[in-house]
Order: sequence, then C-alpha cells, then structure tokens
Amino acid sequence: MSFTIRLGQQGYQFADLKTLLAKASPARSGDYLAGIGAGSNAERVAAQWALADLPLRHFLNELLIPYESDEITRLIVDGHDPLAFAPVAHLTVGGFRDWLLSDAADTAALTVLAPGLMPEMVAAVSKLMRLQDLIVVAKKCEVVTRFRNTIGLAGHFSTRLQPNHPTDNEAGIAASLIDGLLNASGDAVIGINPASDNTQTVGRLLSLLDDFIQRFEIPTQSCVLTHVSTTLALINQGAPVDLVFQSIAGSEAANSSFGINIAMLAEAHDAAQSLGRGRVGNNVMYFETGQGSALSANAHHGVDQQTMEARAYGLARAFSPLLVNTVVGFIGPEYLYNGKQIIRAGLEDHFCGKLLGLPMGCDICYTNHAEADQDDMDILLTQFALAGGSFIMGVPGGDDIMLNYQSTSFQDALMIRRLLKLPPAPEFYQWLQKADIMDAKGNLLSGQNLPPAFAKALNMEVGN
Amino acid sequence: MSSKSPDRWLALGDYTSARIALGRTGVSATTANHLQFQLDHARARDAVHQAFDPLALAAQCKTALAGISNALFPEQVLCSLAANRQTYLQRPDLGRQLPEAQWQLLRDQATGQPPIDVALIIGDGLSSAAIAAHAVAVLRLLAPALHKRGLQLGPLCIASQARVALADDIGEALKAKLSVMLIGERPGLSSPDSLGMYITYGPQRGRSDAERNCISNIRTGGLGYSQAVDTALYLLQGAIRKGLSGTILKDESTNFDVAARGIPFLK
Repeated sequence: MSFTIRLGQQGYQFADLKTLLAKASPARSGDYLAGIGAGSNAERVAAQWALADLPLRHFLNELLIPYESDEITRLIVDGHDPLAFAPVAHLTVGGFRDWLLSDAADTAALTVLAPGLMPEMVAAVSKLMRLQDLIVVAKKCEVVTRFRNTIGLAGHFSTRLQPNHPTDNEAGIAASLIDGLLNASGDAVIGINPASDNTQTVGRLLSLLDDFIQRFEIPTQSCVLTHVSTTLALINQGAPVDLVFQSIAGSEAANSSFGINIAMLAEAHDAAQSLGRGRVGNNVMYFETGQGSALSANAHHGVDQQTMEARAYGLARAFSPLLVNTVVGFIGPEYLYNGKQIIRAGLEDHFCGKLLGLPMGCDICYTNHAEADQDDMDILLTQFALAGGSFIMGVPGGDDIMLNYQSTSFQDALMIRRLLKLPPAPEFYQWLQKADIMDAKGNLLSGQNLPPAFAKALNMEVGN
Repeated sequence: MSSKSPDRWLALGDYTSARIALGRTGVSATTANHLQFQLDHARARDAVHQAFDPLALAAQCKTALAGISNALFPEQVLCSLAANRQTYLQRPDLGRQLPEAQWQLLRDQATGQPPIDVALIIGDGLSSAAIAAHAVAVLRLLAPALHKRGLQLGPLCIASQARVALADDIGEALKAKLSVMLIGERPGLSSPDSLGMYITYGPQRGRSDAERNCISNIRTGGLGYSQAVDTALYLLQGAIRKGLSGTILKDESTNFDVAARGIPFLK
C-alpha cells in the first residue's frame, strides 16, 4: 500500500510502509548508507505527517518482512496480544503519541499494554517524538527483573562491571574487578567480554567470577559474553553459568549471520534456568543489541535501522531477560555518525525497549572514529538516567583496553547516583554498606581507605 | 595540578593497563585523570584524521626493501573510491573498491608476468599513525621471509582510504594467490597506533570477512613484530597447503593461556 500527502504546494508519495518509516526517521548515517533515508528535510517531515495519520492497526496487516520467510516476524505476529492492544486499537500513530504523553498512560496502564504492542508500532511512534517525549514516556514504564538481586525498581540505577583484558589475563581482570567493586559497581552483572572464544578460557573466566561472588558474598550475577553455543556447551560441562549472553538482531537473516536462531536461544534459556542459580528470581538471559547490526549483516530487508532494532526487542521479550543492553555507539560512524545521532538512538532504544516491557540498559559509548566525545556521553548519561534507564556499564576510567572504545566509568556512575539520588539494586546496596564500601546516604567510603574484607584478602606487597 | 591521591589499591595497577585506582575528587575524576583522558582521546582522534602520505611511505619502503624483495614491478600508489576521510568514514562500501582505471592498470601490468603468489598491500585504514609507526618494520621482516620461501611477490601496493576488503580488488587485479594487507586499526584510547594484518587466500571481489585471517594489536605494548610475522608465515603456509583462509584455518601455533592464569595479589 502506498501513502500520499500534500503539504502546501508539494505532494509526497511513499511506496509502502517500510519506505514511509525509513523516510520518517530522524537522520542517521546508517539509513543513508542503506539508501533509504529521506531525500530532504521536508520529505522527512512529510513522512512524519503521513505516519501520524496511519492507524496503529495497519501494522497488523502490512508486515515489513514477510511472515513466511522470517521467524522474527512470525514471533512478533503470533505473540501479539489483541486484548492488551484493545485500549489503543482505535488510535493512529499520532494519536498514540498523544495518549502516551497523557496522564491516562500511567505505569499500570503501560505495563498492561506492553504485550499488545508490536515493535514496529513502538518504533513508528518514536519517530514522531522529541527527546523529552522519549524521556517522559519511558520514565513512566517500570520493568523489574530478578536473579540474585532486583533490577529496575523505581529510584534505583544499576551498573554492569566490565573488567575486560586484552589477553584474558586473570590477574588483570581481577585487578579491574576489585577496582569496580570498591567503586560500588557491578549490581546489574559482572560481565567479561573475553578476548578469546576458546571454550576452556571462557570456563576459566566463569570460575574466576563465581569464586569472587562466593568469596565476598556479593548479591550479584556473573556473565562471560561469548556465543550462546559456547555457553550451552559449558552448562553441559557443569560450568557455573549464571546468565546466558547473546547478541541479537531484528531479522532471521541477521541472527543467522550471528550463528543463532530462536530455537538455540530457547535451549540455552531452559538449560540455564534448570541450574536454579538465582536467589530472588530466575531471569537468566542477557541480550545485547544496537542499531545498524542488521544492515551491517546486509539483512535489513530495506527496513530502517531503528525499526530493525525494535524488532530485536520483539525477540528479546520472548525470553524474559534479566538485562537488555543497547550498545549504542560501538558500531561506528557509518551507522551513527556523531554525538547527536548516538544520543537520540540511545534514548529511542531505551523508550522502545521499556514500552515493550524490557529491562533496558545502555552502553553509553563511542569509538574514536565517530564525531563524539565525553560531553556527548555526559548528555546521554544524564538524559538516560532521567528517563529511568535500568543500567549502564562500568569500565575502568571509561577506557576498554580490550574492545578499544570508550564507555562510562565507575566515577560516571557515582556522579549520576549522587546527582539524581539513585542507589544501586537494594540487595547490592545493602552488601556495599555491610562491606564498608558505601554508607547509608550513598557516600563512597573506599578510596584512601581499603574496606576490611578487601584489606584482608589482598596482598599489596606482591609485584612491588 | 592536582593534590588528590590515587586509591589505596594502586599496586593492582601493575597487573593491567586498564585505568584503575584513579582516585577521585568528590565522586568525580581528578584534574590530572580528566586531562590524561582528554589527551589520549585527542591523540586517538588525530590518529584517525592524520594525513596519510603514500608517496613518502613508498620511498621508505623502496629503501627498506632494496635487495630483499623479488617484487615484479615498482610500488603502486592507489586510492579507493572514497575520495576523502569524511566519505571514507560514512561509506564503507567505497573504501572497499578500487577505481576501475586503477584495477585495469594493475591487471595490465601483471599480464605476461610470472604468476604472483603474494600481493603485499599497505592501507591506511583508520590509523595512518599505525602505518607510519610499524608498517616498514613489519615489511622488513615479512618480505625477505616470503622471498626466502620461494614465493613470488607482486608489486607493493600502497592504498589510501582503504578498508580491509580493498585487498580483494587489488589481489584480483594482480591475479595473486594470496593477499597480505597491513592496515591501521580502529584506534583505542590507549593504543592509537595499532596495526592489523589480514591474510586472504584467493583474493577476489565479494570475499566475506569470515574468509580472512587477522593478526591484530601489532604495536608497542601489544603483539611484537617478529611474533606477528611468525604467525603470518604460519598462516600463509597453512593457507597455501589447504587452499583456503579464514575461520576454518586455525592458528594453533601458540598458546598464551598458561601465562594468563593466577592472581598473585589475592591471598
């Protein structure tokens, strides 16, 4: 179906729904790389006007990627809950934006609505929103998940401790890990990106993290971010796996380029749940996503990168994950050119994920070939936290020496906690106080002081 | 500049180049740490945009390789279809293609010559600083080692605004059995001059990245030149023997795992 609109003297035509969505997307380099971005500023706004008049129901009838050839489309369509959709079924996309911003759309209403929304509907409405709209609506969503602690409670903010090392050196990883814990980081997960995909190496790192969590009795969970098939093999070998990690994307072909499909994720999910390693809950999946990944695999089917990203969330929610992390600036300037594009993409992803019922975190990050710097990251960090973001990364000094990019530092997280009065997950916060790392007012005690449990465990003379 | 002390666990910094035990002022970064980060970011940014001088590099290579290369004809200075840095950064597809005229020129020169085993290529990639710092040194070890193994070298190709897959266009034009490309890697904050080496068997347009072998982090504080060249020779010989390269050609020559074990500072 084609869409036409006349604005003043100028008429515009959009061949089909995916063209309309692509042309309505706020500008970003990836859509131009794909050759689907708006041809002019006026054409973009014309597409937004046309999109605003589109009934939400239309998304149920015109699928962007065919049902027959794409298992993600099938998952989205088959999983759609018409009863949950009913309260907004009569609205256009523009009307939906107005409703989301209205007082009628409170936390309870949005929670009930989530299973009734298709990712494409959520992506569409985000294209009509300013940053303040994305923030205001996302802030009203509450998504709470649990494993050994509780992530996503209102008024709390979590961090993934990311102690990576370029050769997976145990001492190097442990040094960053201790630095992170002493800076109150690690309640979302302690997660290592291994340099090697060797199964034995990954198993060795899982044991290292498990030993730390047990020795210091930390109410958190661990993850080594390797391919789902490697994690599954390690579960079968008896390795201490808390969370199953996988990068996912919004089409079957893109996931295929990652070497995964829905059945593999389901198998790993069930295997991890069967271990029963959670204490307060059993959300066992950790997904990472990012705009541009489907295009990068040439598996975007002519759909804009922000809509493809929302479709990845359609896959994620089938597995009730503990954490979903949009690694927004990692992919590079071919897809998100500068700070402005990265900031908007991070807030779009958080909005779309939260509206679909996901525990959204954001790797607030950039590479050195992007037109971005620390000021841009500070803007995204403060806006993300204001929007009620669930978690961010904690990287020593903000410099990941293995992945060669910049993310948020332990100090960045401490700053946002102090600025917006956002303590970590309650169980972890209690542990920090018990360990004399933080006081009950959220002040960091460690630094010039080494908390007793760590003073006892560390031999500082070694290596000097 | 800053009166603030680092954290009590500063000694752990001996075990990683990660920025740990930084100390803080309030909960924020100290002036010294902030400015160090800014300096490192500035250097990494400059590394991306630092002008690449292919002619000067060609002259350096000519001197370095005098008498040790059996290259068929002189150095070739090339540029991808990405005419400038801005285009290069936004259009990865253009950085992977050689202009048709340059492709044809290479093909004409190679025609009638003995078949080429290895097309040696140097591309600026994302860090011309990496090329300036390490390419000639690696070439000095690599070219004579290839020559000694009886491999016929193509002309040294020096390419601006180059992505890794540009080696496919060049290798195809030269009808080379293999391509070896030295290329500047995505610069990290702590490593703005890191060099990568990519080996592709049967280079031709349309090869996927899964069909290449990569040796990365060649830099001071990273992988040393001789270790990188040893690994490259191991992979090249395997590629020639098996007639393939990529994820199914494994580097089983070294094992760093033992050195990575143990946490000496933990009681």
